[in-house]
Amino acid sequence: MIADNLPALQVVLPLLGAVVCAMLRRGTLAWGVALIVSLLMPLCAIGLLLEVLENGTISYAFGGWPPPIGIEYRVDIINAFLLLLVSLIGAVIMPYAKSSVEAEIAPENHAWFYAIYLLCLCGLLGIAITGDAFNVFVFMEISSLATYALIAMGRDRRALLAAYQYLVVGTIGATMYVIGVGFLYSMTGSLNLVDIAGRLADIENSRAVMAALAFLTVGISLKLALFPLHVWLPNAYAYAPSMVTSFLAATATKVAVYLLLRYYFSVFGVAVVFEELPVTEILLFLSLAAMFGASIIAIFQEDAKRMLAYSSVAQIGYITLGIALANQSGLTGGIVHLFNHALMKGALFMALGAVFYRIGTVKIDDLAGLGKKMPITMGAFVLAGLSVIGVPGTVGFVSKWYLGLGAFENGWWWLAFLIVISSLISVVYVGRIVEVVWFRPISQAARSAKEPPLGMLLPTLLLTAATVYFGFDTTASAGIAGRAAELLLAGLR
Amino acid sequence: MRLDIVFRVAAKMFIPFILVFALYVQFHGDFGPGGGFQAGVMAGAMVIFYAIIFGLEAAQRIVPPRVVELMVPAGVAIYAGVGVASMLLGENFLNYSPFAHDPAHGQEYGILLVEAGVFVTVSGTMTVIFYTFVGRGR
Repeated sequence: MIADNLPALQVVLPLLGAVVCAMLRRGTLAWGVALIVSLLMPLCAIGLLLEVLENGTISYAFGGWPPPIGIEYRVDIINAFLLLLVSLIGAVIMPYAKSSVEAEIAPENHAWFYAIYLLCLCGLLGIAITGDAFNVFVFMEISSLATYALIAMGRDRRALLAAYQYLVVGTIGATMYVIGVGFLYSMTGSLNLVDIAGRLADIENSRAVMAALAFLTVGISLKLALFPLHVWLPNAYAYAPSMVTSFLAATATKVAVYLLLRYYFSVFGVAVVFEELPVTEILLFLSLAAMFGASIIAIFQEDAKRMLAYSSVAQIGYITLGIALANQSGLTGGIVHLFNHALMKGALFMALGAVFYRIGTVKIDDLAGLGKKMPITMGAFVLAGLSVIGVPGTVGFVSKWYLGLGAFENGWWWLAFLIVISSLISVVYVGRIVEVVWFRPISQAARSAKEPPLGMLLPTLLLTAATVYFGFDTTASAGIAGRAAELLLAGLR
Repeated sequence: MRLDIVFRVAAKMFIPFILVFALYVQFHGDFGPGGGFQAGVMAGAMVIFYAIIFGLEAAQRIVPPRVVELMVPAGVAIYAGVGVASMLLGENFLNYSPFAHDPAHGQEYGILLVEAGVFVTVSGTMTVIFYTFVGRGR
């Protein structure tokens, strides 16, 4: 019975957890509930992934109404991989959350915080698992509304402005998305993604379908912070509570990227998106602009969290570059970078959260000499930083290797060259922090710092260790990403 | 507005009918337009109307903020609980068929429970939003 209902449980458990948290109204108890739910999530996801690897696509009819009439939850390798990623990050971050949340959020809001966090998790998992275009919109709104509230809980008053800015931009994105779905629905009469894909085959060149594709692309790109649409991201990441920043950086944009993959490859199809329309050129240009532009902006930031936020925009550029390449290696690189970037940015933001916990600031000047006071945390920061650069033996290298292969596969050797150059820019911003942290005299702020509590240190170290482990053993990450890429490129099933 | 007798008498006359109409919309949702959301908004509007005429304290004596804040998650709990119940009875999430001896009745009971959950959450949310805004700066 549990095995049959795994797809529903994956989304319902966080929802129930959120309800229980909101009813308990006691911070510690709510944390306990959130922890239990977060630890159960990866079990569900692993169960689903194993089932998919064994028996192929799972289809779950909600309420017993068969698709395409009812809402269908549809799990294949691609979203099983994503579900596992999101729920693993959720599970790692929860033990970390306790100290961090106690330090940064007013006690009377703790229970609400965990309730909203679980709603956010529920929304993200829901987007990943559902096979219904409108259901995606519903979950997108659940996760976005929860995210706005989470960001606004930051201690800095500027968090309110950042949350408001994200609310405006995010709502525009969601509106664009739903307009796109509306066009698709008016042309096909269906909201089930697989069904839409089947019915689109005859009318692919109609103007309404092209308009749908355009609206969906812009709407989803706002959510995933593709380069010129990224303006909400740096403020949101910089002023949100540390735990929220780590969670969002590792999951939210990844889920949006998955949605783009799903629409491009499974609904519209490679032929329409990449062969008839100049999507390759547009995505390629924007990805390169992100990789270079955002990396260069990152160099000049005063605040370490903001710097990493701009670095995230740049890293999303690598992922969309993989989509633009649209060949086996390139797409594998893009998908595996979803996973890898989640690990490294999660680790980096968690390390910074630990710093904030001890010294109450993450301005780069205040970090001076912190390496002597918090060697383990800052050591983890450096390792994860090396991964952002893409040093061999870390996950960053694996992604860039596949992206480079993809570039060569298309005969674009200059692109491989550009990937290497953009990595060199990230050497500058990561190097800047390393220099400040390890080679400068201890700053006033850092004087009384010491290692964070174990609850915060261990999850950070776990993610950092994962960035190294998956840099050597790529069978799980790149293997599954490769199979997902194969499935996407094979087209419309 | 406290002293204005016309408003107070009119409000006292209206409020029972608002509630009755809300419940009508709630339970008639199976057959005609309506359902938990609309009924919940009406029930919330009733509390808000009362608070506007008789003051926030009077409204909060009848509908305490603690209760309202509990109603918001409680409605979701009813909704999701129905779904979990159908899973426990061996069907897919939110499949109401096993709730009665035959599927048609099961569907009816199921949607009734789910709509009750929607009613609780929506009326609670309407009221709590109003309480929060009015309570600011006090």
